[in-house]
Amino acid sequence: MSESTGQYTELEQRLLNDFQQDLPLSPTPYADMAARLGVDEQTVLETLAGLQACGAVSRVGPVFRPNSIGVSTLAALAVPPPALERVAAWVNALPQVNHNYEREHEFNLWFVVTAADRDELDAVLDQIEAWSGCPVLDLPMLEDYFIDLGFDLNFAPQGRRQ
Amino acid sequence: MSEALATATPLDGEALEQRLIELTQQGLPLVPHPYHQLAGQLGVSSEAVMAAFRAMQARGVVRRIAAVPNHYRLGFRGNGMSVWDIPDEAVREAGREVGALDCVSHCYIRPRALPDWPYNLFAMVHGRDRDAVHEQVAAIAQILGGRVRSHDVLFSTEVLKKSGFRSAAT
Repeated sequence: MSESTGQYTELEQRLLNDFQQDLPLSPTPYADMAARLGVDEQTVLETLAGLQACGAVSRVGPVFRPNSIGVSTLAALAVPPPALERVAAWVNALPQVNHNYEREHEFNLWFVVTAADRDELDAVLDQIEAWSGCPVLDLPMLEDYFIDLGFDLNFAPQGRRQ
Repeated sequence: MSEALATATPLDGEALEQRLIELTQQGLPLVPHPYHQLAGQLGVSSEAVMAAFRAMQARGVVRRIAAVPNHYRLGFRGNGMSVWDIPDEAVREAGREVGALDCVSHCYIRPRALPDWPYNLFAMVHGRDRDAVHEQVAAIAQILGGRVRSHDVLFSTEVLKKSGFRSAAT
């Protein structure tokens, strides 16, 4: 539960900030990171494991183009507030659902549904609609403008702990 | 996950790529030779694994290889989903312009769902707090100018689940 970034060591900050876009495809990616950071590979592996365990790093690995495997859509529900927690928990339990966010809007539950094909996706959306009693917004990506180069996490002003 | 080991013919081509996507969408193994480990799991050579990733990079299926931070956990609590109603004939150019902005991590065209949902352009805006996000959304509104029929920004109050395949969405 990090409220500030100041709690990360300098090594952790660099691991978080400096490898957001261009790890080379190499048989030894962690040794490559270690070489850039001037530490040994084991230190990188242990530090990354710690950052993953505390949730600061989502993952280290390939970032795939959406819909590279199966199909997906962004779905939203307008859930009556008293039922929100119950519906959110039920939706979360579906294996096809990820990236579920509660948002401040009439449409207050937003999540991504991924399935093998459009038929399965429709079946999942129907199931959600039937169970929740709320109509589902089905907003599949038509085009994406993906420039994402990662952005500067800007640790410096937060102070550093060595 | 062991059924691949029982496969009589070695994996290649599309089947190998599919298995590699499944195995790595949550990240590479944290071991010194992660691609060798994947090769062992799938019963193929590490050269075949590297070649499959090279091919996926060349086709754009793999956009990059990266350490992906969890911005929310790192204090970027603004996380606003800005949504825009842009005339269809102008939305692609608008998407290119907005997607190129530093504060925007993802930008998508999606269908409207009238009458409930008039917005066809989505741009994820990140900032340390809501004020920062509001400022950036105002700047985007200025850039888009008269093309904006209406817009809104939805803040997340809670991340309820974040897992699985998704790299680049919402």
